[in-house]
Amino acid sequence: MEAVHPASGVATVSWLLLALPAFGALVLLIGGRRTDKWGHLLGCLTIIAAFVIGLITFINSTGLAVADRVQELHLFSWIPVNALQVDFGLRLDPLSLTFVLLITGVGGLIHVYSIGYMSADRDRRRFFAYLNLFVASMLLLVLGDSFVTLYLGWEGVGLASYLLIGWYIDRPAAATAAKKAFLMNRVGDVGLAIAIFILFANLHTTQYSVVFANIGKLSPGTITAIALLLLLGACGKSGQFPLQSWLPDAMEGPTPVSALIHAATMVTAGVYLVCRSNPIYDLTVAGRLTVVFVGAITLLIGCIVGCAYDDIKKVLAYSTVSQIGYMMLAAGLGPFGYALAITHLLTHGFFKAGLFLGAGSVMHGMNDEVNMRKFGGLFKRMPITAVTFGLGYLAIIGFPGLSGYFSKDAIIDAAFQQPGWQGWVFGIAAVVGAGLTAFYMTRLVIMTFFGKERWRDLKTDDGHDFHPHEASPVMWIPMTILAIGSIGAGAYFSLGHRLADWLTPSLGTLQERSAGPLSSTEITILTLVLAAIGVVVAILTVGRSAVPVERPARVSWPVRAARANLYGDALNETLIARPGLWLDRALVFGDKFGIDGAVNGIGILFRGSSGRLRKLQTGFVRSYALSMLGGAIVLIGALLLVRFSG
Amino acid sequence: MIHEAALFAQAASDTVNKVGAGETIIFWILGPIALAGALGMLFSRNAVHSALWLVLTMFSLGVFYMIEQAPFLGFVQIIVYTGAIMMLFLFVLMMVGRESSDSVVEVLRGQRLWGGILGVGVAGLFIGIVSQSLVDVTSSNLNGPNGTNGGNVANIGRSLFTDFLFPFELTSALLITAAVGAIVLAYTGKSDRRGRKTQRELVAMRFRGEYSRPSPLPGPGVFATANSVATPALLPDGSVAPESLSELIDSVPISEFAHDLEVSTGTEHHADAHALTQSTSDSDEEVSHS
Amino acid sequence: MTPTYYLLLSALLFSIGAVGVLVRRNAIVVFMCIELMLNAVNLTLVTFARINGSLSGQIMAFFVMVVAAAEVVVGLAIIMSIFRARRSTSVDDANLLKY
Repeated sequence: MEAVHPASGVATVSWLLLALPAFGALVLLIGGRRTDKWGHLLGCLTIIAAFVIGLITFINSTGLAVADRVQELHLFSWIPVNALQVDFGLRLDPLSLTFVLLITGVGGLIHVYSIGYMSADRDRRRFFAYLNLFVASMLLLVLGDSFVTLYLGWEGVGLASYLLIGWYIDRPAAATAAKKAFLMNRVGDVGLAIAIFILFANLHTTQYSVVFANIGKLSPGTITAIALLLLLGACGKSGQFPLQSWLPDAMEGPTPVSALIHAATMVTAGVYLVCRSNPIYDLTVAGRLTVVFVGAITLLIGCIVGCAYDDIKKVLAYSTVSQIGYMMLAAGLGPFGYALAITHLLTHGFFKAGLFLGAGSVMHGMNDEVNMRKFGGLFKRMPITAVTFGLGYLAIIGFPGLSGYFSKDAIIDAAFQQPGWQGWVFGIAAVVGAGLTAFYMTRLVIMTFFGKERWRDLKTDDGHDFHPHEASPVMWIPMTILAIGSIGAGAYFSLGHRLADWLTPSLGTLQERSAGPLSSTEITILTLVLAAIGVVVAILTVGRSAVPVERPARVSWPVRAARANLYGDALNETLIARPGLWLDRALVFGDKFGIDGAVNGIGILFRGSSGRLRKLQTGFVRSYALSMLGGAIVLIGALLLVRFSG
Repeated sequence: MIHEAALFAQAASDTVNKVGAGETIIFWILGPIALAGALGMLFSRNAVHSALWLVLTMFSLGVFYMIEQAPFLGFVQIIVYTGAIMMLFLFVLMMVGRESSDSVVEVLRGQRLWGGILGVGVAGLFIGIVSQSLVDVTSSNLNGPNGTNGGNVANIGRSLFTDFLFPFELTSALLITAAVGAIVLAYTGKSDRRGRKTQRELVAMRFRGEYSRPSPLPGPGVFATANSVATPALLPDGSVAPESLSELIDSVPISEFAHDLEVSTGTEHHADAHALTQSTSDSDEEVSHS
Repeated sequence: MTPTYYLLLSALLFSIGAVGVLVRRNAIVVFMCIELMLNAVNLTLVTFARINGSLSGQIMAFFVMVVAAAEVVVGLAIIMSIFRARRSTSVDDANLLKY
């Protein structure tokens, strides 16, 4: 870990990175309808300005000596309460700057794309406000110099995600999906919060620099606990097993949101968290192994379920789940994988954003239809979309030379190079995932862009013919730029370990070893062969025979299981929702009959007894006289007892 | 009278600290009579009888006071209590409750039983007290107070205006208040006729024009063959009196009452048995009309 | 014989008066019972005066008589006005002030 330096020069104005999008969001939200005309332009402008500042800071940083690249910028004292001193500061190091470029770069492109995509929406201004809010929160998440600022950004992106998933609030599915995302994120956030509590309780600070310098003083058990709790937070935010099921539902939001938040940036926050906390994970083997397991399981779940869906966005969503699984797997490999995870994160940010924007373009031309069975033969109608989408497709299946090939194969290679059984298990999981990825992506591309034009015989939901058409330049230019990134980014980052070297001050040196059963060459060949098999199988099953418009109901059990998300929702339902409901009912019961019963019981007791006592007031003066006389006798008798007994 | 009281006191004071034989005899005669009077008051159902029984008891008590060296109180008892207060009771009884004798049925459940039990309890309690602590009492000599400075009455008067002056003044206030209270409660005067005019005054006011019309509104069915509300009153000339129509009926056009009018004035066309026979009847009618 | 017998007689008269208040329903008779109780007390006071050789007891009895007279005047007036309003002197009929 490099020493931390105070920020100087250009870096001192890096707070503008946060301030600009936040300012945009504020203006758009407070300005209301008055800003409708130019709101989207302001939104784009703030992001692009932030990108420029990020770029300048980045270039400035590359000019520094390697040892000076980790800088901190103290902004103000945030929570000055006795023993709890939290400063609001930014940490400018290669990792955060990389993320800044990804967020503002891809974010800027998607902002521009959204101008076209959301042009028909009368609330476009508010949409841009939320997007700006998201970018500001995400930048805070990656730039914050302590776990508390990270948590602030973490919740901020959660809020933005919630608002944007539920954008079409008139659709019950969207509202439900937003709530689901929010609730499942809460589960993870609790883990993150507890991890921060433990850190603060033990180290009395949450500042990265101090925490990482002193983490070794803690007991191994505490470190493992912190690592696992951080992982829980990461699982929630990144849609990893067992909290993966919210992410596909989140596709109810507008497609630019899916591309930006639920593919390129926010869902990778979990990977960022694990990589950022690398000094913690370096000290716990069990924690890292858990991360790897979570990643491996998730990537297989994502691939398998992705094969069964017909909804183009859901397939891409499960693809995202699976790709983030790769990143987690890599991050769990420790010093052998942090940089690989970030590399894959960046390339994935390019090609997955591109794929989503392509899918959005297809939907835009197909009247918001998402069912791939109604597509087909769109290549001729929207060639630019098809080409850019195709490049993203080739990148994700790891076609040699494109980005995915470099980033994903490196992870598979690193997974195989683990010693002993771990190499076999994780390597095979990763390579099988690659084959499945090739299959479902090929299936998607064939069903969408090739084959019979099934939409010709169909009507839209509101009874019109489909008129597929190419999107406007404001939409396809960002797609093109992302496609270029899909082609070149991998090679640029990976060749000569350019990115890994750049990230060294943050993540440590990328280590390599060959302890596994196979050599790197064999692994590459194996990966390519499996991917090719996947492609061929997809062509044979989908491309050679007609695709039924209606989804076949009679299918084999693996398909049924995959269509049911491998029973992820059912699992949540059984393990969490049901017991929660039971607990709820028990509490309601207890509240009703225990607490309310006690309270009401006292009331009823007094009311009943007073109702009976009341009857003593008969209004008959003689009965009053009777009781008076009785009382007098008792009184006199008592006096006599005292007088004569003594 | 006062002289007599002094004599009684003198006689009693001769037997210094003892109760004399005469007093014993009187006690055993009048004691049961007093008890009998009390029980008679309790059990007689007629309130007048109760009052008379009570007079008996009070009279006995008056005698007891005299032989207990309190001649002044004895005469006050007889004159004020037996004479005045009990007569006031009888007076009120004659005014209000003479005929009201208590019914045998007790409406309050257990009232008699518990009243009896508590009465016995009270009696037992008091008798217990007396038998515990007042058995060996001796009669002190009241010769001092009663024999000097003008005797019993003079000494009571002196005490009242010296030692008991303040309570005595308070009783005067009490009596004044009671007298005023009794007047306020019992006085009826003319209060219940306040604001009500006599019939004569009312007629005069009507004819002076202080009311909308001199006579009351006509009731329904006046001069008509029916007295239903739906039947309007008729004026002497046979026309409908509009004031007699209720608001509800008033809102209905008067033409709809044509039939009712016929019925009520007797000009209704009745079914004629001859109408069924021959046209001769028609011609007859024509003839008669012509 | 000792003055104790006067006290015993007075206790009996007082108890009879108390029972009368409890069981009789005619308000005027109830008042008579109260008078009987007051008279019983007077007898006690006079007897105590005799036992103690002091006139104070007699003066107390005198005050009791005054208060009793005032009470009778007001009480009978109340009975009169109630009777005017309700045509009844039964204490059971005046039972509106209840639950």
